[in-house]
Amino acid sequence: MGGHSEPSQIKSIIMDIRLPRLILALLVGAVLAILGAVMQGLFRNPLADPSLIGVSGGASVGTSIVIVAAGGAMLSPLAGLSMVALGAFIGGVITTLVVYRVATSSLGTSVTTMLLAGIAIGAIAGAFNSLLSYFSDNQMLRQISVWQMGNLGGANWQKASLMAALSLIIFSLLPSHAKSLNAFLLGESEARHLGIDVQRIKRQLIFLTALGVGFSVALAGLIGFVGLVIPHMVRLLIGPDHRALLPASALAGASLLLIADSIARVVVLPAELPTGILTALLGAPFFVMLLLKQRGEI
Amino acid sequence: MSIVANDLSLHISGFDLLRNIDLTIEAGKVNVLVGPNGAGKSSLLRVLTGEIKPSKGDVLINQQPLNDWSMQDRANILAVLPQHSELNFPFTAAEVVGLGRIPHNTGFAKDQAIIAEALALVDASYLQRRLYTQMSGGEKQRVQLARVLAQIWQPSDLGEQFLVLDEPTAAFDLSHQQLTLSIVKQLADRGVGVLMVLHDLNLAARCADNLVVVNGGTIEASGTPEKVLTKELIHQVFDVQSVIAEHPVAKTPLVIT
Repeated sequence: MGGHSEPSQIKSIIMDIRLPRLILALLVGAVLAILGAVMQGLFRNPLADPSLIGVSGGASVGTSIVIVAAGGAMLSPLAGLSMVALGAFIGGVITTLVVYRVATSSLGTSVTTMLLAGIAIGAIAGAFNSLLSYFSDNQMLRQISVWQMGNLGGANWQKASLMAALSLIIFSLLPSHAKSLNAFLLGESEARHLGIDVQRIKRQLIFLTALGVGFSVALAGLIGFVGLVIPHMVRLLIGPDHRALLPASALAGASLLLIADSIARVVVLPAELPTGILTALLGAPFFVMLLLKQRGEI
Repeated sequence: MSIVANDLSLHISGFDLLRNIDLTIEAGKVNVLVGPNGAGKSSLLRVLTGEIKPSKGDVLINQQPLNDWSMQDRANILAVLPQHSELNFPFTAAEVVGLGRIPHNTGFAKDQAIIAEALALVDASYLQRRLYTQMSGGEKQRVQLARVLAQIWQPSDLGEQFLVLDEPTAAFDLSHQQLTLSIVKQLADRGVGVLMVLHDLNLAARCADNLVVVNGGTIEASGTPEKVLTKELIHQVFDVQSVIAEHPVAKTPLVIT
């Protein structure tokens, strides 16, 4: 090797490996961050995050089930990928609904209950994943564990284009809900008194969140804390108005994941770290800081 | 026009929260609900504003059943201020009040003007750029009051408007209590039907055109404060001995306990 690559090799590295990975990192970062902002609005709580409340866990169970069920019988790459994405989506929808139902009473959504439900679902997801790992062969095991750590290393054009299609749906539908999300922050009954069809919008947003998180998990694995940290930082800078918060979060999320992935790629050369490890290392201390700050306010 | 409740009953998990309530909230009048804790005041407000469906009976706003109104149209004629707000995000006061303009399409410049006027009306202009999460309880409540005022700031072509307030003065000092009363009187003069829950009988007596006493899920008495506030009724409903005097200036009843 030693720096004497042929121009054609360089072109191939850029076009077939780097570029799809870059696009995937940007899109996954943007989708996770914007959905983090949506969930925090929906739950009226700045601590809601897809990975924290179990949505990612549910999606990863869906992913594992599909990988194991497909077994050795690998379908064509695109069909296989779509099946995995579908599994992740269904897992994501189920967990989002369960957490929402458990945490929401007529008095509103309780944070404590929401986080506890997240822990319960996380535990179930963990147990399920262990169980599936136990019955997997080596190759499946490797696939599952790579997914769980969150890795953009497997990026290719198929993954990037699937993610692009999904991002298009999410980014075209979400901005129209920005005003409603602002009203949601007042409380559901207040939002209703402002003329907002709370039930319908809640359903749509939960569906979009599960779809986005599910796809992200299926294509890039469990990448935690982007959805928590980014909307927070953006809110500190420009305030909680979703009309600005949503697009700004998407931009910032895309940037963060791109930076994190670039670091993950070069920090332990010649090997590379799974991206999810890096975002968790950056995000978890930030989360603790938020908790301490909230304690101060209460 | 009016909000009319016909024979409302509400049963929730074996409890009769409301029983056979008939009530008319007329536009242009200040209607005040009083009653002991747990009497059903808040339940009544929630049924009247469509938050809970009654087990029996119906509610008409401007002669049209509550549920026949589209959500957006209803938000144009009915603004509701709950007792507590869950808002926990650092909006500025101006942004919170701006949420009250969501049902309207009056444009940015007009909305900004209304926001500033509404904040000025509740003596909260100085809060405009301050963060809601850093305000005192009374300041938050004033900003929320400005929000519902902004929601019905202009008359609507959809009919008479109504403002429902659940204990709006609970967090207020004396001067802001008075301010609230003068605001609701101004609104009533403009033709808005006001319905509010108050705990202070003297405040209620000072501002109510129609005083409604709720007890045990039914309406115990209603009418002008002079007619309703008697020694016997206060003893019967609140179990408190009292003397009814006359306010030396306003000539309204003064309940001394």
